Amino acid sequence: MAHVAIADQEQEFHEPATFITKYIWSQDHKVIAIQYSITAIFVGLVALVLSGMMRLQLGFPDSFNFIDPSAYLQFVTMHGMIMVIYLLTALLLGGFGNYLIPLMIGARDMVFPYLNMLSYWTYLLSVILLLASFFVVGGPTGAGWTLYPPQAILSGTPGAGAGITLMLLSLGVFIVAFTMGGLNYVTTVLQARTKGMTLMRMPLSVWGIFTASILGLLAFPALLVSAIMMLLDQQVGTSFFMPALLSLGEQTDYTGGSPILFQHLFWFFGHPEVYIVALPAFGIVSDVIATHARKNIFGYRMMVWAIVIIGGLSFIVWAHHMYVSGMNPYFGFFFATTTLIIAVPTAIKVYNWVLTLWQGNIHLRVPMLFSIGFIFTFTHGGLTGLFLGNVVVDLPLSDTYFVVGHFHMVMGVSPIMVLYAAIYHWFPLVTGRYLHTGLGKLHFWLTFLGTYAIYLPMHYLGFLGVPRRYYAMGSTDFIPDSAEPLNASITVAAIIVGAVQIIFIVNLIWSLSKGRKSEPNPWGATSLEWQTPEIPPKHLNWGEKLPVVHRWAYDYSVPGVSQDFIPQNMSEAEVERLKT
Amino acid sequence: MLRNLLEKPWLPQPDNVVGGNAAVAVPTSAERIALRFFLAIVGVIFFLFTITFLSRSQYPDFQALAGQPWQPLSNPWQLWLNTVCLLLACASLQWAVSASGKDKADFTRMGIRFAQLFAILFIVAQYLLWQKLHGLGFFVASNPANSYFYLFTGIHALHLLGGIIALARVSLKFRQNGSLPKLAANISLCATYWHFLFVIWLLLFALLASSPETYRTLAAMCGFLR
Ligand code: HEM
Ligand SMILES: [Cu+2]
Repeated sequence: MAHVAIADQEQEFHEPATFITKYIWSQDHKVIAIQYSITAIFVGLVALVLSGMMRLQLGFPDSFNFIDPSAYLQFVTMHGMIMVIYLLTALLLGGFGNYLIPLMIGARDMVFPYLNMLSYWTYLLSVILLLASFFVVGGPTGAGWTLYPPQAILSGTPGAGAGITLMLLSLGVFIVAFTMGGLNYVTTVLQARTKGMTLMRMPLSVWGIFTASILGLLAFPALLVSAIMMLLDQQVGTSFFMPALLSLGEQTDYTGGSPILFQHLFWFFGHPEVYIVALPAFGIVSDVIATHARKNIFGYRMMVWAIVIIGGLSFIVWAHHMYVSGMNPYFGFFFATTTLIIAVPTAIKVYNWVLTLWQGNIHLRVPMLFSIGFIFTFTHGGLTGLFLGNVVVDLPLSDTYFVVGHFHMVMGVSPIMVLYAAIYHWFPLVTGRYLHTGLGKLHFWLTFLGTYAIYLPMHYLGFLGVPRRYYAMGSTDFIPDSAEPLNASITVAAIIVGAVQIIFIVNLIWSLSKGRKSEPNPWGATSLEWQTPEIPPKHLNWGEKLPVVHRWAYDYSVPGVSQDFIPQNMSEAEVERLKT
Repeated sequence: MLRNLLEKPWLPQPDNVVGGNAAVAVPTSAERIALRFFLAIVGVIFFLFTITFLSRSQYPDFQALAGQPWQPLSNPWQLWLNTVCLLLACASLQWAVSASGKDKADFTRMGIRFAQLFAILFIVAQYLLWQKLHGLGFFVASNPANSYFYLFTGIHALHLLGGIIALARVSLKFRQNGSLPKLAANISLCATYWHFLFVIWLLLFALLASSPETYRTLAAMCGFLR
């Protein structure tokens, strides 16, 4: 039996002896998860600072002379790319995927621990390459996170030399890192589940991460392909994407390539990418909600199917990002249809979260607050997505602040809410201590309300026609003066929300050594990660024997049982004894 | 998989439910599963390159490398030669696989060596072809058809190089601790990868040596006609 072959090959896993093998070149999935998380949060903070500088310029134009138009575009680009790929993807899959998958399915580690270690160090290399572009001549690229050619590699764009080269290389390296990690996650879920853990008994977190990993494995190649071809266009002078054009008044050597081709490739990656981020968040939030509402998740099967269906559909909606590219109207019709269809399983998920809360025994602890916050922000972001999915509505709104509002609600704020929920939820597992609750609540309310103060007005700016990625608006006829104080207020809110995250960082560091000690399984959760012999789990997770799973992950408040949760590894005989 | 998705995990289930891998009749090794996913990824990469190729082939500046008699790939005898080379590499590796299954370490080692030899020969031959094209004035950037030729063959050669390195590692490990069953499993994985690359190569060959009319037909089927 394969699971025995993998999981019980004790001789393959030696307890690491030295500090270096234990914490630096570690092959333990838990340590790698922490390494991934710390790196990702670090670059995320860099990106947060960048966004603050963008907001300063937008709110108070011409007041800060260190932000010139090129710098502004560079901030926009690096902010977007870091947040989407190097923070969210890396943290959700490299961080939480690594930590949770083996623990939740009852494995001792990933099936390829060495590959897993390599994945982290390759990721670190990609981050270093990316950050290096801040220090090269011309600075980082300012092409926008979508990197559209021809402008991305033409000399008018900031960072068109070394900046864009480093960006493309870094993306390539990241994709290699992700592939190593992703192969591990997928294979581990398929091969290393413990006895009794059928696919349909897996917690939704694992389902979300598993499906997202498959999406990533199949979608990132599109980014890799476009990065390779663009690199060749830039370095060797091929014309894959570059049309025949004049640059700075001179005829370039490019012949008639197709920039639209790049857009197709990019969004063939780009749309699945939003679900690579969203699906793990969907899964995690389901588990957090069920645990803190002491209720089984409503419609588990439907939730699994929705995850799988969304994953599949996400590959055939990409051109909704390209309605304004002049494509065939029938094309637009097709993609508008698929885009609206994908909203159906998404809406089912939202209903199911709400119905899980319905008549639950809701504990408004910090993770739950963030989860409920997520339901709000995600619903708002999803609804504006429905607007944008319709071609005629999208045409005037495309490339305005409405789009910025949409994707920040749905892909910025929402996954971040889930990440916070997850960190507050699993911190006791990882460290054996609670995060401070008071600070946590403060952090939640300021963040939640603050993000609304930032992103709701952006929809309004979008309706007015304020374009995105503009350094300054100057004076125009169609934008009323009222836009200016609105922009200033958004900036103030953004600075406050940014500063509030310091509370969180302080809380993290403080709780690490001073936080209240947690008992094992403090939230009374059913899933396996809380049932390890020691909390925090030790190397190889499970002590002598692997757990045996007898039930699904959502047996909360089962009638007639004296305790309000039944862990997955509790047998019927043990449950009988709990009956009153 | 489908039956799995229809399970109702919330209903009481008999306690003898076997989950995890025990449910699979013939257990597949984790390595093989990972390899399958990897092949899917490589497949997607070449598929996407091909799609962009077909789309790009319909632009007026595109001059296919085959079709008219004076174009270099109209008579692709050299490509045929290289193909035979790669075929021999795959055959040798397959031979090594079956030898290792029959517990014949010598033949296994020999098969691996021949496989390495022919694969390296293939890459060298591809390189010579590059040089020839270059000598004829078909530079990387002078036409998109040329760019694609170098791109396709280059990426393919890189993948093969990875396969060669993996195989070298496997045989090195064998020399160190010499367990033939383990080697057998590992080279059979390598063989799967190599055969896959051979099939990819056949497809690339067919694509690169096709005439503009064929491109046009394929592009029309994908809706790329302009
Ligand atoms: C109900 C489902 C959704 C629909 C119908 C939808 C629709 C759209 C459309 C049509 C656009 C293009 C707007 C334009 O550029 O003119 C867009 C942009 C975007 N969406 Fe969504 N969306 C949905 C859900 C999501 C989710 C779940 C995420 C992420 C987690 C997401 C992330 C994004 C991002 C990042 C962009 C902007 C990309 C850019 O131009 O830089 N969307 N969405
Ligand atoms: Cu999209």
